Amino acid sequence: MNYINHNIITIVTFLPLAGGLLLLFFPRRDRDIRWFALGVSLVTLLASLHLAWHFDHAVAGFQFEQNLPWISHPVIRYHLAMDGISLWLVVLTTFLTPLCVLISWRSIHERVKEFFILMLLLETAMIGVFVALDLFLFYFFWEATLIPMALIIGIWGHGRRIYAAVKFFLYTMIGSAFMLAAIIWLYANTGSFDFVVIRHAIQTSQVPDFDSAAKWLFLSFFLAFAVKVPLFPLHTWLPDAHVEAPTAGSVLLAGVMLKMGTYGLLRFNLGLFPDESQRNAPWIIVLALISIISGALVAMVQPNVKRLVAYTSVSHLGFVVLGIFSFNQIGVDGAVYQMLSHGVSTGALFMLLGMIYDRRHTYEISDYGGLATPMPVYATFFAFIMLSSIGLPLLNGFIGEFLVLSGAFQARQVYGIVAATGVIWSACYLLWMYQRLFYGPVTNPANKNLTDLDARERVSMWPLAIAALVMGVAPNLWLHFIDPSVAYALTQFSNGLRACAPASVHFAQALMQVSGR
Amino acid sequence: MIPTVDYIRILPEIVLSIFGMVAMMVDPLIRSHDSKKPLGIIALLGVLAGLAATAIQSRYYGDAFFNTVRVDAFSIFFHFVVLLITLVVLLSSFDYLEVQRIKAGEYYALMLFAAVGMMLMSSAIELVLIFIALEISSISTYVLAGFRRQAAESAESSLKYFLLGSFATAFFLYGVAMVFGATGTTNVYRIAQLLNTPHSVVVYLAVALMFVGLGFKIASAPFHVWTPDVYEGAPAPVVGFMSTGPKAAAFAVLLRVLFATGAPGWFWLVWVSAVLSMTIGNLCALVQDNVKRLLAYSSIAHAGYLLVAFAAAETTGISAAIFYAASYAAMNVGAFAIVAHLAGKGERYVSLEDYAGLGRRSPLLAATLTIFLISLIGIPITGGFFAKFYVFSAALQSNLVGLTIIGVVNSAIAAYYYLRVIVYMYMRDERVEAPVASVPAGLGAAIAISLIATIYLGVMPNQVLAGAIRAAQDLIK
Repeated sequence: MNYINHNIITIVTFLPLAGGLLLLFFPRRDRDIRWFALGVSLVTLLASLHLAWHFDHAVAGFQFEQNLPWISHPVIRYHLAMDGISLWLVVLTTFLTPLCVLISWRSIHERVKEFFILMLLLETAMIGVFVALDLFLFYFFWEATLIPMALIIGIWGHGRRIYAAVKFFLYTMIGSAFMLAAIIWLYANTGSFDFVVIRHAIQTSQVPDFDSAAKWLFLSFFLAFAVKVPLFPLHTWLPDAHVEAPTAGSVLLAGVMLKMGTYGLLRFNLGLFPDESQRNAPWIIVLALISIISGALVAMVQPNVKRLVAYTSVSHLGFVVLGIFSFNQIGVDGAVYQMLSHGVSTGALFMLLGMIYDRRHTYEISDYGGLATPMPVYATFFAFIMLSSIGLPLLNGFIGEFLVLSGAFQARQVYGIVAATGVIWSACYLLWMYQRLFYGPVTNPANKNLTDLDARERVSMWPLAIAALVMGVAPNLWLHFIDPSVAYALTQFSNGLRACAPASVHFAQALMQVSGR
Repeated sequence: MIPTVDYIRILPEIVLSIFGMVAMMVDPLIRSHDSKKPLGIIALLGVLAGLAATAIQSRYYGDAFFNTVRVDAFSIFFHFVVLLITLVVLLSSFDYLEVQRIKAGEYYALMLFAAVGMMLMSSAIELVLIFIALEISSISTYVLAGFRRQAAESAESSLKYFLLGSFATAFFLYGVAMVFGATGTTNVYRIAQLLNTPHSVVVYLAVALMFVGLGFKIASAPFHVWTPDVYEGAPAPVVGFMSTGPKAAAFAVLLRVLFATGAPGWFWLVWVSAVLSMTIGNLCALVQDNVKRLLAYSSIAHAGYLLVAFAAAETTGISAAIFYAASYAAMNVGAFAIVAHLAGKGERYVSLEDYAGLGRRSPLLAATLTIFLISLIGIPITGGFFAKFYVFSAALQSNLVGLTIIGVVNSAIAAYYYLRVIVYMYMRDERVEAPVASVPAGLGAAIAISLIATIYLGVMPNQVLAGAIRAAQDLIK
């Protein structure tokens, strides 16, 4: 037991990989493979809940730390740890993966073994991204997410899958190539890849030539993460990748992989380059605002419902970036919360779209209409999740957006005002979409006899619906993990913003009382 | 009287030469219609004996034969690399020769002789001996390139390689002559002592000429034009051999010549050649439809990355270059083993179109090739990633920011064409099904060795890297 406690973070990270490797030797009996993949992902979920359970939320720093030498020259260490920010992103990953296995149960019927192997590999890589504290290790996992995802899109995707897979791959690859250069520069000038060591060296100005290089380093990291988020104007890979990906691919892409970008911004851009972050914040916030508005407007006119949801991600992730670059407690808290809640609600939306796609094999809105009549349970789930995505109070989306907007108002009023219109837009496009899909008479005879959700599909939806509700009424369950870590991450931003931290805590508390605690 | 220990210092070369000669002598004893596999077994035993000899040799560091040969960490490292490459290529050749109906025992002997030349290149510290070693390995590979006798392009490949290769070695020899003229010696370490004085034009010219000669062997731009044609025509296992073995050995020589002598004026030569190789290699590879040609251009690009490490220089750069040579050998030799197998009789199936749907027809081969390609792109858990990483970090440590950025952009571009192969294998459906024979044991072993080496270098690079660092330190001592 002691052994497990010491290595729990490694276990959580590499359990899926081990499962994937075991799966290699399985005979091609698809049923067994599915059950095994589900089993592995559930065990991983349990193990990650162990992390959450034993996490000391009073401590702001890193926990469950493992720091072992890996490669002696250059000095690369196997350094894993998590704080309140990464903890829940890990749990989000392990939470969504079993659901992805469930949602792929029937829809993936070709090369089943390969699919689940890749999904488990992907899970390890994604968890690794959130827990790696050695920059080299981080890059290692970051790149390792690429191949499985590109293959999942390219092999099991829809019509233009190859185009989408290659586009996804190249965008990310080119973005991260610059990050690699920046990481190597940091190593060359600090002699370490360790995030904590490098941050300390930068804070105490022990890095030679840092002042002249900081701008380029910041931009290199920013480019890699902005592609992933994706921030306007680097977002064009996202709709293609989402529309062509199989459902599980979309869920993991939107649910987790986009957060790798925002997590990277928060952890590395803000953590390592606080001054540059503040200097560049204005134009980044403008990009975030453009993302919010343009993502919403473009979503509104999409004839393809999956593409519509994909654009909502651009809009919602714009909120996250806005929150992060407002540099105040409440804004960053909100950004982290929004990451989690976007993972839940957009993941659920993509799963719902996958369910209808399994039945009708189309994403065109015009092919549907009046679905509420043949599929009442489906319509109910859809309405619930859609409302959570819009940001209805008492559901998860509201908390994140509210906190981010409050943070933005604190930072500068105009940011908040512009961003707040995004909330209106999101209501517009989602409600309008819902109306076109579900209300009215059934116009297309093919939709008349659709079967409602079966047990497996309901089982895969309930956890998300419950999570959306709990996250909406009891945000403190998460916020008290996130709060200290965010406060710690923001200690470097000293120009008066820290002074308003207590106020924001009050504010957050007031909000929580309003929203049900 | 030559002391016995001198013979130990060239023991691997002796062992391989003997086995090569035995193979040639046994050849006539086998009836012309029978399989020549026993010769392959002899060659294989020779390589294993050579590995053992190298292990023995590693306890006898020092100079031999009147300071013409030096055994140090550097030479030992390259001996192992060359021998392992030969081992894998031999294993993958067994079946290939059967399928292509090439019944020639010399094949195996020549391969051993080529290996002898390459090993000697890494341990020779005398420019004339280096030249002789270079010729031993080159002449063997010229012949090997022409082994698909029925195919016109193989003859073209051999002839082209021979003509241009001789031309290039002449440059090298010319450079050697000039060094001799300037210093009065051809011993690398003597030269190092004598070059401390202000350099005359002759020395710069000599460095440039030798660089031209070796640049040809490593297929770096602008001396790369022969590569695609030669690689396309030569038998696939031989291409796997040519693109790794002679290349590694030529890099070893280049390292000795440039760094051990403390030669001046190479920096911009290397810089320009690195940039050209990376850029030309990658851009040309983008439009290739023949897998062998694609890998030929990729090999040019990789020579470029290696030269980046050269430009970075000193211990870090040199050890990065050595490590790169080793991991490039692992992944490329593996990739070519698979390409050779898939090519089928008469090497008919070498276009990208033939790889369509491979992921369905032969999932294991496709997955393995994918790993080699991922390594060539430079994505984590593979040796290719670490190698590239070391190279660029060495370059940045030497403040070569411009070169690093060019390299990084290039490796991002390169991802596209490797990815194309993966896309074909997994995401395209075949139009005409190219048959895939089951994998014979020898090839299986060859692929397994290179796969294990590729992943080992990517996950546990410690040991090999330590070896590379020791080698680098020995080189510039």
